[in-house]
Amino acid sequence: MALLQISEPGQAPDPHQRRIAIGIDLGTTHSLVASVRNGVAECLPDELGHVILPSAVRYLANGGRQIGVEAFNAQSQDPQNTIVSVKRLMGRGLHDITNATQLPYQLIQREGMVGIQTVLGEKSPVEVSAEILATLRYRAEDTFGEDIYGAVITVPAYFDDAQRQATKDAAQLAGIEVLRLINEPTAAAIAYGLDNASEGIYAVYDLGGGTFDISILQLTRGVFEVLATGGDSALGGDDYDRALCDWVLSQHKRKVLTPADRSFVIMASRACKEDLSQHEKTIFKVQFSDGALEVEVTRAQFESVCAHLTQKTLTAVKKALRDAKLSISDVKGVVMVGGSTRMPHIQTAVGQLLGQTPLTNLNPDEVVALGASLQANQLAGNNPNGEMLLLDVIPLSLGIETMGGLVERIVPRNQTIPTAMAQDFTTYQDGQTALALHVLQGERDLVVDCRSLAKFELRGIPPMTAGAARIRVTFTVDADGLLQVTAKEQISGVQAHIDVKPSYGLSDEQIAKMLQDGFSTAQYDKNARSLAEAKLEADRMWIAAQSALSADGQLLSDKERKNIEQLMKATLEAKQLDQPAPIVAATDALAKGTEAFAALRMNHSIAKALSGKNIETL
Amino acid sequence: MVNRLEFEVTADHAPPLFQLADNDFQVFQLPEQFAISLVELDGRWKNLQRQTHPDQFVRQDISSQRLAMQWTVRINEAYQRLKDPLKRAAYLCELRGAPIEAENNTAMPAAFLMQQMQWREDLDDASTIEAIEQLHTQVMQSRSQLLNDCAQDLDQHNHPQSAMQHVRALMFLDRFIQDIEKRIDAMT
Repeated sequence: MALLQISEPGQAPDPHQRRIAIGIDLGTTHSLVASVRNGVAECLPDELGHVILPSAVRYLANGGRQIGVEAFNAQSQDPQNTIVSVKRLMGRGLHDITNATQLPYQLIQREGMVGIQTVLGEKSPVEVSAEILATLRYRAEDTFGEDIYGAVITVPAYFDDAQRQATKDAAQLAGIEVLRLINEPTAAAIAYGLDNASEGIYAVYDLGGGTFDISILQLTRGVFEVLATGGDSALGGDDYDRALCDWVLSQHKRKVLTPADRSFVIMASRACKEDLSQHEKTIFKVQFSDGALEVEVTRAQFESVCAHLTQKTLTAVKKALRDAKLSISDVKGVVMVGGSTRMPHIQTAVGQLLGQTPLTNLNPDEVVALGASLQANQLAGNNPNGEMLLLDVIPLSLGIETMGGLVERIVPRNQTIPTAMAQDFTTYQDGQTALALHVLQGERDLVVDCRSLAKFELRGIPPMTAGAARIRVTFTVDADGLLQVTAKEQISGVQAHIDVKPSYGLSDEQIAKMLQDGFSTAQYDKNARSLAEAKLEADRMWIAAQSALSADGQLLSDKERKNIEQLMKATLEAKQLDQPAPIVAATDALAKGTEAFAALRMNHSIAKALSGKNIETL
Repeated sequence: MVNRLEFEVTADHAPPLFQLADNDFQVFQLPEQFAISLVELDGRWKNLQRQTHPDQFVRQDISSQRLAMQWTVRINEAYQRLKDPLKRAAYLCELRGAPIEAENNTAMPAAFLMQQMQWREDLDDASTIEAIEQLHTQVMQSRSQLLNDCAQDLDQHNHPQSAMQHVRALMFLDRFIQDIEKRIDAMT
């Protein structure tokens, strides 16, 4: 239904109906789920009271899975089937994974996204992530005793289109309705900002298990405006583990022989790193297949070995400030996010660069999930007086391949989203009916130096003489940071059909197959789900229509109003039939029948906004 | 290359306050001139985004979401253009019949080019970061002056052709400033 939920105080669709909305932090090493209860955001614990779910999935020979702590504890015993840090493989090809041979499990070269070999056959990183998401979804449903309405899932701000799409696909497999993908630093800012009720410019330094983000945000009365973002989607705590591990092995001239050894040594390295956050020195202890290794490591040695990694993060911070056209003195506060920011030298280095002590009063492991749940709560409509507005940006420039292997930029990085750019193309052969576009992400000028996103084939262009066609291609980046392409031939008015071939993503057919094969943890029951969804959608539309009529019914003529009421009645009647198809048809009819009313309400609301009644001067 | 978005106008009997096809100043109901209150612009942008941002329509159906998307994208486009002084100046030139058409007009006045060449030589010769930063300051001052001249041409004298020349010079200058900043980056 095209009735716009123009949120004004006291206009919740149904004040008595609270929807279960959750925030999910799908992290490289840890994942969490949070929800707002009684006005307070909290992370949801499992049956044992733990909020953190290790991002580990183990595939068992008997067809089952272990997800979380059990899998994590089994990784050295079954290294080839226990997948850890799968986030580093999302939307990536085998050539992107620099330490592929050092991983305990086996990766498979594929044309697009890498595959993972397991005892249950080849798995996509998307499927592995879906297992983690589904586990969190069940945890939430068990906590509340009902289905969840939807979730806000976080991604690193520096994630590109392929990595974001892979995350959304994983949610789809897990049976989760994604209300929005939001950036992790922005989520953290929400948790801090609303908690500390502060205004001003904030820098969010987010060093997780596998990714690094720096975001510069301006907070003003509930509006979180991202000014610039930067980072590295392949730099995190894992890399500190790796650097320490490699150093210890080379110092003591040890080689790693078996997959189990690879797993043991990395776990030992992580334990050592974590211990050095508390103590000046510790013992690096690992039991290899060919004997033990025990050496003392000091904090100074560790910091020296990974100084180059920390330096990379600081360089990114300086660049982000330049992009935001700000200087260090403009930054009012610094927020540290991610378990890796517990390392003392990180806090010191960031504090020194930005000239102030970073804020750490919120748990760095939980803050992202908490922020996501606050956003989810608002999107679900549980917070009608909520003033929160997130104005985020695209982290990487988008461009298209042109002659000579060059990239022509169409959307610059740090542009506020949603955004759209249009560009005109023409044909070069008589009668040409199709056009191919190669879209890339990155800041470089050559195709080889940028990241291929997808190939778009525009079909159905009416045949004309070469150069006569005027094909307007519109590149839209939506609020999730995902690209959509539409194209229209201007002279004939024909809308082109677009075939998308993602470079590092799953096709619709692949996802459909995974769903059909019965993505096991989600226990996907297609029929029951579609009836439930159709009813939910019908209720949603009916309630919104009712609310809109109460608020702005006076904008309609009697005849228009009666028409809408008739369509609403038909929707209720369709629900009685208990079949998805007629319910969907009636809901669609209600949607179409209220499109014009939607536009009326929009204009009416904007008129009020601009006429000075709602303008807040800052 | 034309960077204009095309929108389907679905509301045919509503009396809109602004059409999606209106110019940027009309979108924000600001006077059509170079001088602008950035505070006012920012406030109106945020207010309009509160009404049209996709987050407000997450619970709606696809056609509402698409409609809201068109509005929010248009509002963002107008905001980006009006916020940046150079883009605002170029836009005003276009509205007043003196489009920039940078790809077609590459000729610049001789005196301007001489200055550019001198500065480029200075950049090549500079070996310390202090020298480069000094050059940066000089060029930025020139930039401010050009912007002022442009503003006067638009708001006081109404000479869009003259303003258009200043805009082209500024675009040229900005590319050089980018190169200076790259040098500074490389040295830090």
